[in-house]
Amino acid sequence: MSVILLDNVHKSFGTLKVLDGVTFSVNKGEVFAIIGRSGSGKSTALRCIDRLERVDQGRIRVCGHEVSDPQLDLRQLRRDVGIVFQSYNLFPHLTAAENIALAPRHSKGKTRKEAGEITARVLAQVGLSDKAQSYPEQLSGGQQQRVAIARSLAMEPQVMLFDEVTSALDPQLTGEVLKVMADLAAGGMTMVLVTHEMAFARNVAHTTLFMHTGRVWEQGGPDMFERPQTAELQQFLSAGL
Amino acid sequence: MTYKFDFTSVLAQWPLFVHGAWLTVKLSLAATLLGLLIGTLCAVGRGSRNPVVARSCAIYVEAIRNTPLLVQIFLVYFGLASIGLKVPAFVAAVLAMVINVGAYTTEIMRAGIESVHKSQIEAAECLALSRAQIYWHVILRPAMERVYPALTSQFVLLMLATSITSQISAEELTAIANRVQSDTFRSFETYAVVAVFYLLLSLLMRGAFWAAGQALFTRRRKLGTPL
Amino acid sequence: MNIVFNSHHLVFLLQGAGWTLVLSLIAFIGGGLVGFIVALCRISPSRSLRWLSMVYVQLVQGTPLLILMFLAYFGLSIVGLTLPALVAAGISMTIYVSAYVGEIWRGCIQAVPRTQWEAAECLALSRVQRMGLVVLPQALRIATPPTVGFMVQIVKNTSLASVVGFVELARAGQVVNNSLFEPFLVYMLVAGLYFLLCFPLSWWSRQLERRLLVGHRVEVAAA
Repeated sequence: MSVILLDNVHKSFGTLKVLDGVTFSVNKGEVFAIIGRSGSGKSTALRCIDRLERVDQGRIRVCGHEVSDPQLDLRQLRRDVGIVFQSYNLFPHLTAAENIALAPRHSKGKTRKEAGEITARVLAQVGLSDKAQSYPEQLSGGQQQRVAIARSLAMEPQVMLFDEVTSALDPQLTGEVLKVMADLAAGGMTMVLVTHEMAFARNVAHTTLFMHTGRVWEQGGPDMFERPQTAELQQFLSAGL
Repeated sequence: MTYKFDFTSVLAQWPLFVHGAWLTVKLSLAATLLGLLIGTLCAVGRGSRNPVVARSCAIYVEAIRNTPLLVQIFLVYFGLASIGLKVPAFVAAVLAMVINVGAYTTEIMRAGIESVHKSQIEAAECLALSRAQIYWHVILRPAMERVYPALTSQFVLLMLATSITSQISAEELTAIANRVQSDTFRSFETYAVVAVFYLLLSLLMRGAFWAAGQALFTRRRKLGTPL
Repeated sequence: MNIVFNSHHLVFLLQGAGWTLVLSLIAFIGGGLVGFIVALCRISPSRSLRWLSMVYVQLVQGTPLLILMFLAYFGLSIVGLTLPALVAAGISMTIYVSAYVGEIWRGCIQAVPRTQWEAAECLALSRVQRMGLVVLPQALRIATPPTVGFMVQIVKNTSLASVVGFVELARAGQVVNNSLFEPFLVYMLVAGLYFLLCFPLSWWSRQLERRLLVGHRVEVAAA
């Protein structure tokens, strides 16, 4: 049963065609990795899922919402979809706990007590219970990204999207973030991640999609990495070590 | 030079000066609070997608910032009277000052609002917050913290500018100084003493703003760093 | 007898506007010269000069311009001089402008990156040479937008000279109004004339700021 469905999606930025007939689906509980070069359209495809970009043509259905429909209730979509960005985007004037509790309180109408319980739970999940009262500037990049993940988890989404979440981190800090993501995957969360971490895609993802020039070039399980079918994927895997 | 400075006759009037300072504080406080409200609303309006709203706010700001406060005060006071609305001088003074400081505050708040990066708003939208919630929690709160020093300077200048309302005989410190100097014939001494009062008021005001900032912006109080 | 607004009134207002420009120029040139000295003192290696100039700036910035006008006006008569109101207005505006412009320019000098100072020092230039050849030319570029912006404040603040009897534009408006009793018409016209004087400067300042690199914005206290 597919939770996310993209059907023949086209998108251009001006004259630049970024998505050229992209079709794929993600099932419940599936960990779906998207890999490819910069400019292959992978981030754009991800952003279209949460309606951060509008598609020119094609259909997107996410958790029962018709994303391509202009009448869509955006806020309801965003309650069901959580997204984590490359630059964390934590609110600098709020503590980690306040960052996390903001949306449950004001968007889902939770009471202060309920929001507090949710905050404690997700902070424990990402291993940062002791940093609840810290401000983003007091945290390392890896810690900030984990708080960002916790912030999205606090909304109890059905799907989590990750947009190159370790790309801005120092190499020593990527491990702690990847661990959180692996734990989430093990817990059965439906995840779509755009990533350059090939090892993670190979070991944790059920399905990997290789995008090239705005198209789905190859799709398969972990063995795709050992036996690439196309020359472009072969080239990509050998170059991007 | 045969002039003999005589401060005693002027200083003897200190209760009047204190009363005048208090009136100045009242006038400034009223104008500050209302001006902040108008400035924030207008700053939000400037970024509105509605071209009429955005344009109107821009015209308001440009008109006020390119004309002197003295002329604005005359327009409010005499202008209103000439169309049949006779308002007391204090009310006209507050009105003129609010209109004036509202325009400057708009620019300051606008700079604060624009300092919030687009990615912050994107993150907030993806957390399913409403437009109003995003404006308050993600845009205005950090914006105000960032521009707080500029706002403080603005409102201290406002307090000093209230002296101009003496020209329509609004009751405040300078108007009282005018009366005292005409009674005592000690003009220089009177204004020198009043200058000291204004200096003390500026210091007091800066102190009050600083304390308010510490109370309002927990992050700044705890970390001491700019946002 | 009902007098109607006629060309005589307009000419009188325009003459007032002319005097507004004269006073603005005096304030800018006088205040600029003193302000430059103030700025240099504020960054002087001498502690007492730094302290003195800081006190000067704090005193002037903590006093309403109107009070400064009165002090200059009555101060001059104490010293025994009966000079035209323009002198009192000119002196008080010079003092007022020097404090604000001094602070603006101090900020601009300090905005020149530390690395420039260090590079000049390593080239064995004296302090005067460092300032004159390396730092000040760069500070000048940074200072242009806020200085042009402050010129707008100068033009508007000349309106207070009306209070000591100097017939610039605001006073001219008062005189015309006293014969016409049409405050709304007269002061809207006066406001319009000020707008024509100030808006080009405001616009120019914004253009200059846009052209300048983002990292060199300096906060200007607005009045």
